[in-house]
Amino acid sequence: MPPEPWQLYALTAGLLFSISLAGVFLCRHFFRKIIAVNLMGASVFLLLVSIGRRDHEAFADPVPHAMVITGLVVAVSASAFALALARRIHRETGRDNFSESE
Amino acid sequence: MNPALSDSLSALPILLPLAGALTCILLPPRHRAAAGLLTSALTLLSASALTWMLLTTGISSQNLGGWPPPLGIQLRFDGLACVFLLLTSLVGLPVGLHAAALFRSQPGDDRASSPPLFWPLWLFLWAALNGIFISHDLFNLYVLLEIMGLAAVSLAILSGRPAALLAGLRYFLAALVGSMLYLLGVALVYGAAGSLDLGLLGEALPAGAISVRVAFALIITGLLIKTAVFPLHFWLPEAHSAAPAPVSAILSALVIKASFYVFLRLWVDVFDGSVTFAAGQAVGALGAVAVVWGSYQALRQSRLKRMVAHSTVGQVGYMFLLFPLITLDPAAAAAAHGPPTWLGHAWTGGIYQALSHGFAKAAMFLAVGIFILAVGNDEKRSVTNMVGRLPMTTFAFALAGISLIGLPPSGGFVAKWMLLKATFSSQQWWWAPMIVWGSFLTAGYVFMILRLAFAPAAEAPKKNLRPVPRILEFTALALGVGAILIGLRASEVMLLLDVGAPFAEPVQPLTEPPGGADD
Repeated sequence: MPPEPWQLYALTAGLLFSISLAGVFLCRHFFRKIIAVNLMGASVFLLLVSIGRRDHEAFADPVPHAMVITGLVVAVSASAFALALARRIHRETGRDNFSESE
Repeated sequence: MNPALSDSLSALPILLPLAGALTCILLPPRHRAAAGLLTSALTLLSASALTWMLLTTGISSQNLGGWPPPLGIQLRFDGLACVFLLLTSLVGLPVGLHAAALFRSQPGDDRASSPPLFWPLWLFLWAALNGIFISHDLFNLYVLLEIMGLAAVSLAILSGRPAALLAGLRYFLAALVGSMLYLLGVALVYGAAGSLDLGLLGEALPAGAISVRVAFALIITGLLIKTAVFPLHFWLPEAHSAAPAPVSAILSALVIKASFYVFLRLWVDVFDGSVTFAAGQAVGALGAVAVVWGSYQALRQSRLKRMVAHSTVGQVGYMFLLFPLITLDPAAAAAAHGPPTWLGHAWTGGIYQALSHGFAKAAMFLAVGIFILAVGNDEKRSVTNMVGRLPMTTFAFALAGISLIGLPPSGGFVAKWMLLKATFSSQQWWWAPMIVWGSFLTAGYVFMILRLAFAPAAEAPKKNLRPVPRILEFTALALGVGAILIGLRASEVMLLLDVGAPFAEPVQPLTEPPGGADD
């Protein structure tokens, strides 16, 4: 039995989540870490949207979509804050990662 | 009571601090402390009113906007929510007073010594904390945990020093990864059950399904990161010790309690069909290692604030010893006649640890902050002869230490006594040595400071102390007394806690003789 489209999307979301979770820990640069966290969020949103379409009804389930919209707002503000913080650290200390010797 | 009135009342602990935070942003910085303190007092008042309502009319719930679950978001107020709401108010008010006096006493007008954003951020944080305690919806909890994280990190970097900024970014990234794991779990739960309301999920969640097990593991791991449980505590010591003292108190006493609270609620209300004996033992093992590791690290620190921050890692471990004790082996549960008696002890003990640590750790951070303010540095040696120079603060530190060690009659004693009782009657005796060992190590670092504080003046460096406003000392002492008082008034707290509790503790005054089994 071939997988249904929403299952493919859900699997992609799972794969993307694993890659970005590894990215948070493996990347050293602040900016890459922040992007990786963003990607984690994007993969969860992809999963939510695919869950919303699984019932083959005329209309998608609106609740996951509401969650995605709310999640996007949270993700935008969190990324903005993290980026501002990373810039401030770079301006004050010249550092762009955690592991540099002090 | 009029139902309409009680409905509008139950959202007040969220609305009041939120309105206060927005007002504080609009006000010029010099009026913010007054507005913030007024909001704090009103929030405490609303929490007290809700407590009184809980005792007279029982559990109340409110559908926001009139939409019932599964579509709407429900606020629910039971005994567990009530004690955490009260803890936040009773710790938040003195810490706020302390912060107001501290920032007013600082010379100069620079941002590091009197940060203008303290009040708006702290009130936002307070609104998020209260929201977490009351809301009964999995996704709403996610949003509130994120608001809490944003406000908490902003508070932690208030001083603007590079060390604080770095620690803040590390804290924020850890919190975000925790949130994302949690959110992925929420998505899977919604896929499996089609609902987000905690009450409906408890019934609708298919127990054996693989996606539910994965969701459970993701949500649990996310919350373990946010609560800084060993070995996911790497971000905590630096972030909590680099913040200004009142902020450290808020972060250690309240913020990590909120993610513990979510963990606890989901464990017993939502995933009660998915939790296994092995999962309980695994979480307990992390807690037990945290107790020993955190306390040992605290003993080794040479700087005061680092010591208190590491002590938080150890004390958080005790809270997680609750989970193996309430999660039974199915075979043993079937063989037992009726519900085992120790469930109530473990439940009360774990929650009591969270409450008493809240008071004690806030008191200890404020006391240590006063020492540092007076001496001008963060070295342990600098507390020499403190008992003669700042007796009230030394006393506050000692009271907090007594509760952390678990000596009677403190709140920490009730917590550790209940947990020990549960370990023996459930025959999970292997947790007992960890509890006792942790207490010995805690006694080690507390008495090391007290020994220095009582050292004669001849050993003390000849240096004048900077003046400390009296209100700073009073607030630290009030919190230390609070850590003892909740031990003395345990039966009243348990009366509250029993409203809607999954494991009832028969309410009785603590009649066991306090000798022998205590550590």
